Amino acid sequence: MLGRKIAGTCLRSGVPSVTATSSTPVSQKRNSHTIWYPDAKFERQFKTGGTLGKLWMSERVSDFDEKIGLDKLEKLAYTDPVMSDNYSGKQREKNLENMILNFGPQHPAAHGVLRLVLKLEGEVIIKAIPHIGLLHRATEKLIEHKTYTQALPYFDRLDYVSMMCNEQAWSLAVEKLLGIDIPPRAKYIRTLMGELTRIQNHIMGITTHALDVGAMTPFFWMFEEREKLFEFSERVSGARMHANYVRPGGVAWDMPIGLMDDIYDWAIKFPERIDELEDMLTENRIWKARTIDIGLVSAADALNWGFTGVMVRGSGIKQDVRKTQPYDAYDQVEFDVPIGTKGDCYDRYLCRIEEMRQSLNIVHQCLNKMPAGEIKVDDHKVVPPKRAEMKENMESLIHHFKFFTEGFQVPPGATYVPIEAPKGEFGVYLVADGTGKPYRCFIRAPGFAHLAAVHDVCYMSLIADIVAVIGTMDIVFGEVDR
Amino acid sequence: MALKSVAVLTKGMFGRMPAQLAISSVPSNTIQKRSNYKFVGMPNETDGTLAGDLNYGLHTVFFTELFRGFGVMLGHVFMEPATINYPFEKGPLSSRFRGEHALRRYPSGEERCIACKLCEAICPAQAITIEAETRPDGSRRTTRYDIDMTKCIYCGLCQEACPVDAIVEGPNFEYSTETHEELLYNKEKLLLNGDRWEPELASNLQAEYLYR
Repeated sequence: MLGRKIAGTCLRSGVPSVTATSSTPVSQKRNSHTIWYPDAKFERQFKTGGTLGKLWMSERVSDFDEKIGLDKLEKLAYTDPVMSDNYSGKQREKNLENMILNFGPQHPAAHGVLRLVLKLEGEVIIKAIPHIGLLHRATEKLIEHKTYTQALPYFDRLDYVSMMCNEQAWSLAVEKLLGIDIPPRAKYIRTLMGELTRIQNHIMGITTHALDVGAMTPFFWMFEEREKLFEFSERVSGARMHANYVRPGGVAWDMPIGLMDDIYDWAIKFPERIDELEDMLTENRIWKARTIDIGLVSAADALNWGFTGVMVRGSGIKQDVRKTQPYDAYDQVEFDVPIGTKGDCYDRYLCRIEEMRQSLNIVHQCLNKMPAGEIKVDDHKVVPPKRAEMKENMESLIHHFKFFTEGFQVPPGATYVPIEAPKGEFGVYLVADGTGKPYRCFIRAPGFAHLAAVHDVCYMSLIADIVAVIGTMDIVFGEVDR
Repeated sequence: MALKSVAVLTKGMFGRMPAQLAISSVPSNTIQKRSNYKFVGMPNETDGTLAGDLNYGLHTVFFTELFRGFGVMLGHVFMEPATINYPFEKGPLSSRFRGEHALRRYPSGEERCIACKLCEAICPAQAITIEAETRPDGSRRTTRYDIDMTKCIYCGLCQEACPVDAIVEGPNFEYSTETHEELLYNKEKLLLNGDRWEPELASNLQAEYLYR
C-alpha cells in the first residue's frame, strides 16, 4: 500500500502513465483508489521552494513549529550544515565538554539525600563531588541549648540505623566529664544493646549494598531479622528505633523479665541466617564481579583520609576502639576483630559478615555474664530517683523536680570520647562550662570522613562502581549532615 | 594449571595487587593482651594443583555457587512468610511502648494533671504548652494543655517527668490524620484519649511499676 503511494508520488510527472495504462496489473486496478495523485497544494510548494526543495521540510514553518523552535533548527541546518567525512570546505569548530551527571538526591542508591555531581569521561568518573547538607538540622548548635538529658534524643537521630551506639557515645562523654563510673550491670546492658545495634546496622549496610548492586533477596530475608531486633529495642526502651535508652549514668530502665531469654533464642538461630546470606553472596560470581577490586583503598590512604571502622580495617590496619581504648564492658568480653587484606569492597563485606558473628559472640558472653544489681548510679543529681522513692521521700521529690527542670550541672572541662560505632569511630567532643547545658558539642561522624574521600576512591572507576562504593562506605545522612 | 595462569594473568592486568601491609609496628601497650585480629579476605580459588584447577574450572562452568544460592532461595519459598496481614493482624507491643499521648484521670473522674509543668520543661522539642489557674475549689489545674504531635519526637521524657502519671504515652500508634491541624492536640482530646485507653494505660503502668 505504502509502496504504491510512493510509486504514485514519484511518477507524478505523468510520463510513466503510458506504461501504467499499457499493462495494468489486476491488483493495481483493484487498489486504484488508494493511489495518491499530487494535488494543487503539493504542486504549489515546488513553485515557492528553494533549490534544496521540499524534500525534508515540505510545509512552511507554522506557528506551532515556531513555538517549539523548529525554524531556528532549520536556519541552523542551512548555516551550519553537518559535515561529511570528506568535506573540504571551511571547518566549523565544535565545543565539546565532559558530561556532568547529577547522582541523587532522589536516586535510591544514594542512601538518603546524597547529591553527587559526577564528571564523566564516557562512562568513567573523572570527578565526584559530594554535595551534602540536605539533612542538616544544626544538631550541634541545638544541643548547646538543651540540658544533657534533653540532648540525648538528638543522638538517636544522628546515625539513625545504629541508635544505641550514638547514645552510648554521648553518655560516655558526659560521664567522663562528671567523673562517674556506672554499675557493672549497666555496662553489660550497654554492651549487649550496642552489639545488637551493630548487627542491626550491618544487616542494613550489607543488604542495601547488595540491593544496590542487584541482589534483592538477602535484603528481604535479613530485614526480617532486623525487625526482631527492633522488637527487642521496643521491649527494652519503648521505641523501635529512637530508643532514648542509654542515659548518662547508666541506662533508663532495667531489661524486662524474659528479654534475655528471647535474645538468647534469637542469637542461637541468627548464625543460620548469616549463613544463608553468605550462601547468596559470598561465592556468587555476580557479587564478586561487582565488589572485588572495586573501591580499593590502600592502607596509607585510609589513614591519611581519616577512615575508621571497617573502611580502615578492610585495608589491613588493626584499629578498633573497642580493643585499643575499651569502654563499658568491652574489656571483659573476648572477641576477634576481622581485618581485611586488600581493601576492596569484597574484603569490607567479609569484615562486616565476620563482625556480625563476633557481635553474636559478645551477645552470648553478655547474656552469660550479666551481673545483677543496679542499672544506674545512685547519685540523684545525675539520674532521677526511682518512682517509688520519689512518691515517699521529700528529698527524692526535690531531686526529681530539679532533674527534670534544670537538669544536672557538669563541671567545667572538655573531653573527646570515641566509641566504635558500627560505621567507624563515632566521637563526641564536649565542652562543659559548669552549667546545666553543654557549652559546645562537636560530633565526629565516621561517615563524613568516608564521604569526603569519595572522589579519591572512585576516581577513574565506572558509574556502576560508585553505587558499590557508596554502599560499602555505609553512609547515613543523619550523621554526615548532622 | 592453564586456568590458574590465566587467573593470575587477568588479576595482574585488571586488579591492583594489595600493597605490602605493615602491621607489626603497632605499639603493644595500647592493645589488650588478648587482642586477636582475624584476617579475612578472598580465599584462593584453587590450591594450585591440577585437581584444584580442574575443580575451580568445573565450578565456574557449571555455575555451582549460583545453583546453591538458588537452592537456598527455593527452600525459602516453602517457609512460612514473615509478613502479617496488617490492619487485621498486628505485631506484639510491649508495655513500654511509646505511642500517642493521653491525659489520665483518677478513678473518681478528677483529672490527674496538677500543672506542675515538668513535662513542658523537659520536652526537648518544646511540643507541650501549658497554662494553669487555681480553680474555685482551690485546686491547681491546667486551663490549657496542648501537645503539638507534629513536633513531638516520642522520647518519653514527659511521662518520665510526670510525678502523678497524668501524661502518658499509650500503646496507640494509629492516629494518622488528613490535616496538620488535627494533630495539634488540646486538653480535651488528650483527656478523651485517656478515657478511651485507660484499661491499657493502667495495665501497662501496672506491668512496669517494678522498673520505673
